[in-house]
Amino acid sequence: MELSDSVVVAQARAGDSGAFRVLVERHSRNLFRLAFRMTGHQQDAEDVVQETFLRAYKQLSKFDERASFGTWLYRIAANCSLDLIRARKRRAAQTEPAAQEGAPDPMQSLPDPSPAPDRLALSGEIGEKVNAVLGGLSEMERTAFVMRHYEGMCIDDIGRTLGVQPNSAKHSIFRAVQKLRRALEPLVSAA
Amino acid sequence: MMNHLTEEQYVLYYYGEGDDSPAVRAHLDACEACRAEYANLQRVLNVVDSAPVPERDARYGAQVWNRLKLRDKPRGWPWFFPGRHWAAAALVATLIVAAFLAGRYYPKGQTGAQSAKAGQVRERILLVAVGDHLERSQTVLLELVNAQPGQSLDVASERERAGDLVAENRLYRQTALHTGDTGVASVLGDLEPVLLEIAHEPDRITPEEVESLRRRIEGDGILFKVRVVGSTVRRREATAPPPPSRNSL
Repeated sequence: MELSDSVVVAQARAGDSGAFRVLVERHSRNLFRLAFRMTGHQQDAEDVVQETFLRAYKQLSKFDERASFGTWLYRIAANCSLDLIRARKRRAAQTEPAAQEGAPDPMQSLPDPSPAPDRLALSGEIGEKVNAVLGGLSEMERTAFVMRHYEGMCIDDIGRTLGVQPNSAKHSIFRAVQKLRRALEPLVSAA
Repeated sequence: MMNHLTEEQYVLYYYGEGDDSPAVRAHLDACEACRAEYANLQRVLNVVDSAPVPERDARYGAQVWNRLKLRDKPRGWPWFFPGRHWAAAALVATLIVAAFLAGRYYPKGQTGAQSAKAGQVRERILLVAVGDHLERSQTVLLELVNAQPGQSLDVASERERAGDLVAENRLYRQTALHTGDTGVASVLGDLEPVLLEIAHEPDRITPEEVESLRRRIEGDGILFKVRVVGSTVRRREATAPPPPSRNSL
């Protein structure tokens, strides 16, 4: 029978590196999925997964055993993803002044004119368009939306994971949905 | 009958959240306009699911574990500068400094305004680089200061990073001296011997050596100085003009 996370975490805290290996093997795929949705890049997602476990290992003694280990890992992964996105933006700002303050809304800079909806559907470009829209969301909007829509987390858990009030998480999700609708509804309706 | 549904109600209902789901359901059954609106939302959110995610197979967790090599490197290192990039980072630092100094001393063929603007841009690039350098140095120092007291410590990762930081530190300090930035030069001068000491540690150090290193870092106040100068540099970086756009004349 598979041991629960809390039992394995207790073993890992007692210095059993084999137990930590179990946690890595158990949670890596979920973390990769979250990190990819957050960053939009495979290599970045790989880096986030690795960094998440390194941080988790170092902070294992601080983990509250009453909490869910998976949620705790998600929180670390979300923060790692946000750190990476910020670092990426900072580097881009060094070479692209358009990314500075006063730059147009990223939503406006999405590829246009769009290909015809049937072609989009056939070629999978809708998926790419979705990724482009997700990339234009604010950090909080994207994180909250990814956790709610793709990971199926309830709003209260998202608030806890991100360290914000549930209401704040909820409004971030609303804003994300509004932006997605604005960008995708014309395509979807015409399809 | 309740008023037409709000967008927030649609979203909460779609995700099965909110307390008024039965009322929303009843309204949707009765109101054609809201039903159509909700169908639009459903279509968009269903399409969002089509965004592809690369698959990772069942062996992925084991691959991650192998990459982590926790038994050998339990201290970890920041993802934004993984080991394989350190040599490249030192090279980039050299190029930045060389470009900065070349531009500073040989502004041939430029008007006064162009030259001043180019100088500001170079200064910004250098500030960004120095800011990053101080952040990475701070990370190394913090990891050592925050080490568990009374235990031996694997510092192979910190040692390797400190070795690379020393090379960069020298370049930036010399540049700061050239440009008259004495505050930055002074802190980089204080930082250098500490980085050197870390770079010359063995892979694993005893609890006494950990304590000695911690006392050295804390006694010199180097961490505090790096933090202060780092944030000053970041502030200057934020107010310095960005590089010109590609289309500018």
